[in-house]
Amino acid sequence: MINIIGKRYWFFLLSALIIVPGIISMIVSGLKPANDFQSGTAMTLTFNPTVEENALRQSVTAAGYQDATIQHAGSGEYFISLREITTDERVKLQSDLETSLKTKMTVNNFSTTSATVAAQTVRYAIIAVIVAAVGIMLYISFAFRKMPRPTRWGFCAVIALLHDVLVVLGIFSILVWAAGVKIDALFITGMLTVAGYSVHDTIVVFDRIRENMTKGTIKNFEDVANFSINETFVRSLNTSLTVTFVLFALFLLGGSTIHYFILVLLIGVITGTYSSIFNASALLVVWENNEWRRFISWIPGVSKGKKTETKAA
Amino acid sequence: MRRRENYLFLFVLALLILALCVVFPINKGVLGNKDFQLGLDLKGGSYLLYEADLSKKDPSLTDAQVMAAVQSKIESRVNTYGVTEPIIQIQGNNRILVQLPGVKDVNEAIKLIGQVALLEFKEQKLDASGAVAKDADGKDIWIPSTATDLAGNTEALTGKYLKPNAYVSINNGKPEVAFEWNADGAKMFGQITARLINKPLGIFLDGVLKNQPTVLAVITDKGVINNITVDDAKILVNQLNSGSLDVPLKPLQQTDVDATLGADSLRKSLIAGLIGIACVAFFMIVYYRVPGLVATVALGIYAAIVLAIFKLIPITLTLPGIAGFVISTGMAVDANVLIFERMKEELKRGLTIKMAVQEGFHRAWPSIRDSNFSTLITCVILYWFGGTFGAFMVKGFAMTLALGVLISLFSAITVTRTFLTQMVNNGMMTNVTLYGGKHD
Repeated sequence: MINIIGKRYWFFLLSALIIVPGIISMIVSGLKPANDFQSGTAMTLTFNPTVEENALRQSVTAAGYQDATIQHAGSGEYFISLREITTDERVKLQSDLETSLKTKMTVNNFSTTSATVAAQTVRYAIIAVIVAAVGIMLYISFAFRKMPRPTRWGFCAVIALLHDVLVVLGIFSILVWAAGVKIDALFITGMLTVAGYSVHDTIVVFDRIRENMTKGTIKNFEDVANFSINETFVRSLNTSLTVTFVLFALFLLGGSTIHYFILVLLIGVITGTYSSIFNASALLVVWENNEWRRFISWIPGVSKGKKTETKAA
Repeated sequence: MRRRENYLFLFVLALLILALCVVFPINKGVLGNKDFQLGLDLKGGSYLLYEADLSKKDPSLTDAQVMAAVQSKIESRVNTYGVTEPIIQIQGNNRILVQLPGVKDVNEAIKLIGQVALLEFKEQKLDASGAVAKDADGKDIWIPSTATDLAGNTEALTGKYLKPNAYVSINNGKPEVAFEWNADGAKMFGQITARLINKPLGIFLDGVLKNQPTVLAVITDKGVINNITVDDAKILVNQLNSGSLDVPLKPLQQTDVDATLGADSLRKSLIAGLIGIACVAFFMIVYYRVPGLVATVALGIYAAIVLAIFKLIPITLTLPGIAGFVISTGMAVDANVLIFERMKEELKRGLTIKMAVQEGFHRAWPSIRDSNFSTLITCVILYWFGGTFGAFMVKGFAMTLALGVLISLFSAITVTRTFLTQMVNNGMMTNVTLYGGKHD
């Protein structure tokens, strides 16, 4: 039997090592919102015959869009984002570009969003994550109502859930400046799905702890938790493995529009499995043993990792 | 007990055959007369979100009445334009969502939908001396022409008194829009033209002066609007016949997807999904052997039922929606993993295969129930989130994922148990190692 619970602070530290850089990156550079969340226009264009990026840039500027960003998306395809434009402006831009570049332009994808919608989407997204977390917490507290202090179980499951959300957010905020990834409504969908799925594995472990506690063969809660994690270890891995197979296939071969959406889910499933094995039950133990008090007395001498975990709870 | 299992077994088989008939119809009969409904991101088209300016509405009408009127007028405009299966929905209390699949000229469609198309008839304002009044810029001031309608009320003459039969005609090689008045309009136009003999009549479209013909005689039946391009004339005819919108619309969001891009994404994702599912099946069979094989069969039944439901309800499939379905197949076997692991444990404790199968299902149930319920909670929230601000892709994902979770409970538990029990009861596969009993 592996002593997972005994090394709990090492696992908390590992989580912190992933989450803290992500949070720093989020504070420093923020998450770059895509068109759904920001007012403006985004277009994917192809030209026949193809055009040079520099020539295109000059023509777009000449057409009156000095602030436009232009990205080459490969095989003669360009991604352009500019301010919110009207239909007439769009028609004019197309004819301007076609005349000055002497080419035929096709708009593969076009989207424009006004500021009102953008602000609302962000607000709803935040509300959605909070409501999901509260809903799941209430449900788990209800499902474990026969245990002493059932809200604790709900609370720890939700912390593991938030852990997963933070890991995904953090990794993506790094991807934002590393690979130019943008955050859109699908990203939020992915995050919420991660939130829902994160609890899947956590519940399996919690359920086993509950069963073993009712049996009463092991008296110490810490030992019950560790024993239960070991018992459910293989199934935690296998359940995630099956989902990972399909996600991986979709990530490698699926349509480009859902590429990052699938990546969100992939990271989420992996971190979800990690947090349910190494964090969720460990938090229950920390709480059961009242270990909070110990590190409150350590502050500010503690390592960064433990501090984060204290705060998170 | 055995009898009940037999019935269940037959029920599952019947369900599978029914589902397969829907998914792969041999002839397009009763069950096969529907195709999968694809979302805009897959078949290409335009997605437009408008906000209605309700502050400009007629105060005697409620917000809902105004929105319903705007919706039906847009519907009529779009239908005349010839878009197949457009979707026009009211979102929240002041938004209208328009989905136009496969529309060719989006810009023209936007002009058609978004314009209020209020036709007004005005006359020049005269000052005390009888001369034409001018504004600060030296332009003529126009005031709405009013007249008495059949009911005896004094009203301004607008496009609402037209018969819905305007058409484009060509006069001297130039296009014009010809229209006819209804009974009220005819009476009012008669009074106004009588008053304006040898004076100009201003025809305004959405506040812009289009024509100012000089009235030569009293006219009661019809009129024309010229100084217009052929394309605009076609749009205007459609708009006049559908009626002007009750309030102005402001475009909030527009997304266009090219049809070929959508088809390409669909093909790629379907192939990816199949490969993913094949990996899952391979893993389950190699790792869990006989039960794994049964789970794979159950997964096949699951896929057939879900696809049949997608077709029958029908659920509009978007790319994330298909991803949701594929992911749900990965999650569907989760329950099987939990059950089979439990069965192994029970076998290790020395139970017979029959007992172990029973215990496996019984003991794994609480965690399966709780974990799937939490996913359903998320689905409900996602559905609300997607619906509130009109993100059809998010809604599609939530819908397919939720459906997947519910049906996977049936396939992973009822179907798998029925099949396994059948095998055990009939004395097939009695070797414990086939269930992973002596390994681990």
